[in-house]
Amino acid sequence: MLGTGIIKGMAETARNFLGSYTSEERLPTVQYPEEKLPAKENARSFPFLVYDRNDPELGLRCVACLICEKECPPQCIYIVKDTTKKPDHTGKLQAHPKTFDIDISVCMSCQICAEVCPFDAIKMDIEYAFSTGDRFEGLLLHKEQLAKPNDHYQKIHPTEAAEADARLAEEKAKAEAKAKAAAAAEKPAEMAVPGSVR
Amino acid sequence: METLEQIKSRIEAAVPGARLEVIPNDSPAKQASLLVDPTCALDVARFLRDDPQLQLDYASNVTGVDWLDTAVKEKVKVKKVVDGAEKEVEETVEKKRPGYLEAVYHLYSIALKHGPVVLRQRTENRTDKTHLASLTPVYRGAEFQEREAYDLYGLIFDGHPDLRRILMWDGFKDFPMRKDYVEPDDYEYEPTPHDDVLEKATRHYAPEVKI
Amino acid sequence: MSATTESPPSRNYEILPKADFNGALDGDVLEVSMGPQHPSTHGVFRMDVVLDGETVLKLKPVFGYLHRNHEQIAERTSYLASMPYTDRLDYFCSLTNNWAYALTVEKLAGLQPPERAEYIRIITAELTRLQNHTCLAGFLLMDMGALGTPLMYAFREREKILDLFESLTGARMMCNYMRFGGCRVDLPEGWLEQAKKVVESYPGFLDEFENLLSSNEIVMARTQGVGRLSKDLAINASITGPMLRACGVNYDIRKVDKYGIYDRFDFRVPLGDHGDCYDRYMIRILEMRESLKILNQALKDIPAGPIMDPKAKLRAFKPKPGEVYGRIEAPKGELGFYLISDGSASPYRYRVRPPSLINLTILEDMCLGQSVADVVVILGSVDIVLGEVDR
Repeated sequence: MLGTGIIKGMAETARNFLGSYTSEERLPTVQYPEEKLPAKENARSFPFLVYDRNDPELGLRCVACLICEKECPPQCIYIVKDTTKKPDHTGKLQAHPKTFDIDISVCMSCQICAEVCPFDAIKMDIEYAFSTGDRFEGLLLHKEQLAKPNDHYQKIHPTEAAEADARLAEEKAKAEAKAKAAAAAEKPAEMAVPGSVR
Repeated sequence: METLEQIKSRIEAAVPGARLEVIPNDSPAKQASLLVDPTCALDVARFLRDDPQLQLDYASNVTGVDWLDTAVKEKVKVKKVVDGAEKEVEETVEKKRPGYLEAVYHLYSIALKHGPVVLRQRTENRTDKTHLASLTPVYRGAEFQEREAYDLYGLIFDGHPDLRRILMWDGFKDFPMRKDYVEPDDYEYEPTPHDDVLEKATRHYAPEVKI
Repeated sequence: MSATTESPPSRNYEILPKADFNGALDGDVLEVSMGPQHPSTHGVFRMDVVLDGETVLKLKPVFGYLHRNHEQIAERTSYLASMPYTDRLDYFCSLTNNWAYALTVEKLAGLQPPERAEYIRIITAELTRLQNHTCLAGFLLMDMGALGTPLMYAFREREKILDLFESLTGARMMCNYMRFGGCRVDLPEGWLEQAKKVVESYPGFLDEFENLLSSNEIVMARTQGVGRLSKDLAINASITGPMLRACGVNYDIRKVDKYGIYDRFDFRVPLGDHGDCYDRYMIRILEMRESLKILNQALKDIPAGPIMDPKAKLRAFKPKPGEVYGRIEAPKGELGFYLISDGSASPYRYRVRPPSLINLTILEDMCLGQSVADVVVILGSVDIVLGEVDR
């Protein structure tokens, strides 16, 4: 009979419509912004800088090596190195950035900057609500806006942060062990110098 | 499938007056190509498509390449007088290689499921002698791709049914993909300029970030 | 400054040639621009159509509205930095674009990805094929007038696959996941179980979809016999993908080139008889079922191991001079990359062989003699994405 196909289709639509009242699967919509879907662990939106010990100036992990600036495909990172140096987590003196700007109207969230950073300093955030009225200045994030504490990083990406923390703790332990070995090697040399009587 | 040398000898036997050359490829990919003179390119293509052993009936990719004037260093043995005795000495001589445009065709066979055979056509120079033979009468799929090679490189294909710009708009001057293309100076503000964008920016306004 | 060439040959094509059409001399011949802003042209795509009443006399596609000069950007930046730009070529299927580029560069540099990486690549590529064909079925039916319902059902299933991509790569559509020599990160905890759940629920959805539409009289009347394409014309016009197989030509690059480890999987290649729109739509539904077969096998057999080739370098990657052409079976057709390297950090020539652009070569031949309403259906069955046509 002509029309059986259409009737079968209508039955299908009816099943979906009535089923949306009873089963969770047939009603996939979420009433944003009152309800939000849970964020996935690996999701990424824009980069941010990590700092340790709740000190955004001295605890900033970034050493201004300029690798992320060079590898960024649309070249949206702008770094100016500071003239002074500050100690990093192992105690070695490193450079640090005076200016660190990211233009998020250009950034395409590709995550290459986070991938190539050798110091676990720049990672991907999950915040996406950046709309602002100012097209240029409002979408240019400076170092103060980008720097976020390590607790934030551990909250949004627990497994990655645990790995990064383990790596940094290992480097710190190695540096301390080397320093202790160097100090122990100096002491016998001191005692063996004759004539330095106190 | 036969090797490129075998194909070359069979083409020379079948198409009279064909002038070919094998261009080697030293990377791990090992896809050597066949340089074809534009005067006989259409006959060669027809032979490749209709030959029962090859049956290359599918032109997968047609593209243009721009090669600028470069200098090629070559080691040449020269007889020179050194310390009073005549010896043969190796010297590096720089030869100028003039630039040219090139069209590259990748041909596969759907009937016999083999391939690719790579054909190349070269122009004589980059400025005025840029005509090549169009393979659209043999392979219909080359129609849009040859139009794109004309639009972006300036290669003029003789025998193409409808050669006009395809991606750029009709009144556009110049050929964007050439290596010496200069962009028009219509600059807009950008917060984080780098390298050549920074040079353009400094011409229009003073730099924002003070060091 | 740039070189000048002599002026190009004059156009031998006019939109309205004088007195060329029999029977239209005394009637009205109307030239319509189915313009760049159109809900059914799948992007900013324009067709100049010459009509006699409702019959198409001539049709010329015009594009270039989304041209972003991807090839020139790639010739300026490094090989790694081009990878996020390849996501944006065919923006529905970013993972297959990534794989095509990674495969080409691996051929050029002689890298070999390990086995687990190959399995992950096949799983993500088949998931991409699933969600692309689902999208296409929804959009085709929307173009035919079923205004939103099949599209919403299709998107409901597609969301599950995009959730899988997000938990693996970090982004739903612009994944940037493949690297030269393997994949970027390993599968997170619980991903395989989630993927198995999605793959198990998919055949039920396909059955619902077929129930809804494949025997629907309106769909059959609008697609059967519309946009016929003959085998010889399809091969000569370099058509690839489901369009070619709908004409009856058995050419699937997964079976011909056997790239990746596709030769280990058991799947069939569906072929059509008539080469019309209905065949192309049914081929895509059947291809989805074959993809589910591959996914079931791959999700069961995936081994443990490393995911990157130890010889691969992330930064300062400089392959040896040479050239290569690499291709894969993307959901839309044959996606190929042609790279010429001169030994430096950026390619000398980078070319994308776009399946959508080349499948448009015979759009005019398919539409001649049909009515305007059929043009929309035919264009929908070609399955173009403007990001790929224009690059």
